[in-house]
Amino acid sequence: MVDPRMIIIEERLKETSNIIAVSSGKGGVGKSIIASTLALTLAKKGYKVGLFDLDFTSPSTHVILGVEDLKPREEKGIIPPQVHGLKYISIVYYSGEHALPLRGAAVSNALIELLAITRWGTLDFLVIDMPPGISDATLDIIRLVKRIKFLIVTTSSQLALETVRKLASLLRELEIPIIGVIENMKMKDSAFIQQRVEGKGITFWGEIPFDNDLEEAIGNVNRLLETIVAKKLTEAVSEYLKL
Amino acid sequence: MHEWALAEAVISTASDIAEKEGIKEVAEVKIKVGELQQIEMDILEFALSQLKTAKLKKARFSIEIMKAQLKCRVCGHKWIFMRENLDESTAEAIHFVPEIAHTYIKCPKCGSPDFEILQGRGIWLESIKGVK
Repeated sequence: MVDPRMIIIEERLKETSNIIAVSSGKGGVGKSIIASTLALTLAKKGYKVGLFDLDFTSPSTHVILGVEDLKPREEKGIIPPQVHGLKYISIVYYSGEHALPLRGAAVSNALIELLAITRWGTLDFLVIDMPPGISDATLDIIRLVKRIKFLIVTTSSQLALETVRKLASLLRELEIPIIGVIENMKMKDSAFIQQRVEGKGITFWGEIPFDNDLEEAIGNVNRLLETIVAKKLTEAVSEYLKL
Repeated sequence: MHEWALAEAVISTASDIAEKEGIKEVAEVKIKVGELQQIEMDILEFALSQLKTAKLKKARFSIEIMKAQLKCRVCGHKWIFMRENLDESTAEAIHFVPEIAHTYIKCPKCGSPDFEILQGRGIWLESIKGVK
């Protein structure tokens, strides 16, 4: 038996120019904040942007964006609702406030389903907030989305860097482009991460200092766009994406 | 109307297989549809008929419905998914993404959400026949 959904995924993404997976080897490094803020920053620059929360068991971008009571429209598939200028898809449209305990195979199936039925339309950028690590979702997105590029998030910690090193090494082996590494929540002045990243021949997108006020911007997009995270990402996309 | 997206996937896949197997005119496409996704058969059939490509113009779509059988990973209990036991919004959520079942359905014997879907999850293309 053949799963008919697989063949349609590329078709669904054919009008999307750039697909960026925001990923990390570890959880808690700020991937969702970076992914959401990156998407908002690109939208603010006038680009057509989608944001896809692929962290099915622990989604959080809806909290960052302050999304409540929204559902995709059904029209020969599902049409992502517009949220603060983004076309936005998250599993929370369907799981709501409840826990969604999924094993790997179920994660793959849900991911394939959403990729097969979501009609993104024309996009300049689709930003994907990945779950941490290099398990099912990461392997599936590499398998199913041929034009995927990765933006890797780390903290200054050696522990985060250790897992990022492995993620980067896997991506390199599979010849998946890494557009850059961001050092997030930096607290001490040190070039350790930058040197390690650049030493591997990967573009260092810069460092984002730990922001004590960031928590207050969660759920408030206008405030989020005024944070140091947004400022740093605006600079980074100008420099490294040439926008 | 989400059935249209699935029908489109079936048509694309059938066309792709026909191409690879050198089938000039497809006579029959066998599809299996799992009950967990609660696909509206009328809409699916209509969408398939509307989306037919030239190669599939004379194709007959044979659709078999599969009961959704679930098995608890904790206590091993097996049971059949019943749409009637769900409210409208839950059924709709499972319709779009069947894995949402893990949020709302528990093992009727031990209450665990840790179950596997043995069969009857989504839509499958079983075979195609035609003239080479």
